[in-house]
Amino acid sequence: MYPILEARELTNNIYFMIVKAERVAKNCLPGQFIIVRSDENAERIPLTICDYDRAAGTITIVFQVVGAGSLKLAQLKAGDAFHDFVGPLGQPSEFCKMPLEELKQKKILFVAGGVGTAPVYPQVKWLKEQGVPADVIVGAKSKSFLILEEMMASVAENLYITTDDGSYGRSGMVTKCIEDLISEGKEYDVCVAIGPMIMMKFCALTTKKLNIPTVVSMNPVMVDGTGMCGGCRLTVGGEVKFACVDGPEFDGHLVDFDQAMKRASIYRTVEGKKFLEAKEGDTHHGGCGNCGGDK
Amino acid sequence: MDVFKKVPVREQDPQVRATNFEEVCYGYNAEEAMAEASRCINCKNAKCITGCPVNINIPAFINEVKNGEFKKAFDILSCSSALPAVCGRVCPQETQCEGLCIRGIKGEPVSIGKLERFVADWARENGIKPEAPANKNGKKVAVIGAGPAGLTCAGDLAKAGYDVTIFEALHEAGGVLVYGIPEFRLPKEAVVKKEIENVKSLGVKIETNVIIGKSVTIDELMDEEDFKAVFIGSGAGLPKFMGIPGEQANGVFSANEYLTRSNLMKAFDPNSTTPIFRGKKVAVVGGGNVAMDAARTALRLGAETHIVYRRSEAELPARVEEVHHAKEEGIIFDLLCNPIEILQDENFAVSGIKCIRMELGEPDASGRRRPVEVPGSEFVIDVDTVIMSLGTSPNPMISQTTPGLDINKWRCIIADEATGKTSKEGVYAGGDAVTGAATVILAMGAGKAAAKAIDEYLQDK
Repeated sequence: MYPILEARELTNNIYFMIVKAERVAKNCLPGQFIIVRSDENAERIPLTICDYDRAAGTITIVFQVVGAGSLKLAQLKAGDAFHDFVGPLGQPSEFCKMPLEELKQKKILFVAGGVGTAPVYPQVKWLKEQGVPADVIVGAKSKSFLILEEMMASVAENLYITTDDGSYGRSGMVTKCIEDLISEGKEYDVCVAIGPMIMMKFCALTTKKLNIPTVVSMNPVMVDGTGMCGGCRLTVGGEVKFACVDGPEFDGHLVDFDQAMKRASIYRTVEGKKFLEAKEGDTHHGGCGNCGGDK
Repeated sequence: MDVFKKVPVREQDPQVRATNFEEVCYGYNAEEAMAEASRCINCKNAKCITGCPVNINIPAFINEVKNGEFKKAFDILSCSSALPAVCGRVCPQETQCEGLCIRGIKGEPVSIGKLERFVADWARENGIKPEAPANKNGKKVAVIGAGPAGLTCAGDLAKAGYDVTIFEALHEAGGVLVYGIPEFRLPKEAVVKKEIENVKSLGVKIETNVIIGKSVTIDELMDEEDFKAVFIGSGAGLPKFMGIPGEQANGVFSANEYLTRSNLMKAFDPNSTTPIFRGKKVAVVGGGNVAMDAARTALRLGAETHIVYRRSEAELPARVEEVHHAKEEGIIFDLLCNPIEILQDENFAVSGIKCIRMELGEPDASGRRRPVEVPGSEFVIDVDTVIMSLGTSPNPMISQTTPGLDINKWRCIIADEATGKTSKEGVYAGGDAVTGAATVILAMGAGKAAAKAIDEYLQDK
């Protein structure tokens, strides 16, 4: 069992938890993820790592409730425990393998969308610890959906917040913010964009135009997270890759986003969810946001 | 009784079992087992033993069954195998022990597998467990993977007095026995869990949710956690796909994913929260045991199910019994045809599988006749689900993170066949991680050989 030391709702169904998981905390690096199960009958749910404390042996996770599985997680409180908590999974970010001198030459821009702010934070923090400054754009639907602002401000060289409705910070999508920064005279050698698939797709299109190499982090459906099921496969530069062992980070200019979004659509669109409910019959237990199984 | 024929084993009616996940084969009762055991002529030079990858003393245990001494029979099995109830169910006996049985020359071989199963089931039902050794040497050995290879290696080392910890990546021990082989062939609660409990009762510790190469490396286990030797039995790896158009459509799964959802995550059970596609018409591509398992699972979930295989029936790699059971249950075999495209509808969902007819040409490197396409013979099978069962390629997580551990051009770990010794001192390996996808019993054989070699290596340490 993996005890939950702290648990709270950040905003609008986005939850923050600190969990004791010593083996994971000892070896995890920015870019990696974990898989949890709330109890012995629960689904395996992959979640990004938002922070880690090696001395305390803890991992911080931040997740949004999207279906029955994550709702069950959200109901856990400090003092409860996860039945299973495994990781770190996936490859660490490219930076972690780069020689420090080379890394220090890079002008890095992070673009975080919504709950994607959580996996961006440990990357920026890690870079700051190495003495590498990085700029961060955080995009949210509106002010009330913004998370981790203070934490991010404490590690980012410059933090630019933009909201779709202009209720806080700059106004407009993250792509507009990228373009504005460039036209304001900023220069970047590399961009890391993490957020909803549609946001990453348009970030990649924008940075392609601006000629900035871009890394994205993919979070498709998976079962085991160790390469065994192949459910997380996606096409990158014409080759089939498994997000869990080859990723989750890939070259954003090579990822076939349209295909990845179609694969994900059954979990994310109204038509897709209806389709899923019909296909899964009595093995359907919610997750579609449609059937009431989530409530 | 006809001594040339096996005592028939009772099975669940095909029509009934096609709709449930209960075990297909009921096994022998004591009377049937003793009758079958009496067919063994107790050869002096028993060929069956040499056909067994873990060299069970087959005539000796069968002789005890014949005399009704089932406890003694179990003790003989336990000397060689940690998982007899599993092996009695899933070993390919027809190509191993039973394939070499002298009885088989004139009639049917002795039903060694069913007898093994009977003895193991009897022991379990009567609460008989192997005992932990009295003398422990305190030396720590790490075993990676709680599948057939790892459980066997760990069991043998524990019996020899070692302090053994198995590290398992998934949340449950058993490896392919829990995620791969379906309930109706190998009951999880009644059989697999109990045999794993038996291994634990020898003193073996199992730590789940640890991914070697990620949560901790082999070097850290040896340098920081004081493990004197390591056995890698990490299993098969990443599922292969065909590389044909449409393979990313919704409704295309690897057999690994489909079976893991159903077996490990128990998606077929209403209490589970893991979903699974319940296709109306399912095509399973491939002809091995895994393909049969996936097809028979899909059938039980209510689908009209087709096996699509590019060679003919004679070349099917699956066990004869599995093919026979699949046919009895109503699986449709589309042989000598090969998929060339997966068709999809406007919602990106599978709507059919386009195949081309094949014919057999000259033998290829494997000795089997090479299938060649028949030009112009394309046709479409209307299906809404496709399950790819084409084998696996090795998982890179351990090899990438273990300096000094050599792999071959197929990325399998290189290990000595007789001892499991790898290029890295103190590190041994066996099972699918070394050979590529094979059988439960071959993995157990490798685990056993490695346990012996590790014991010899650590004697001097």
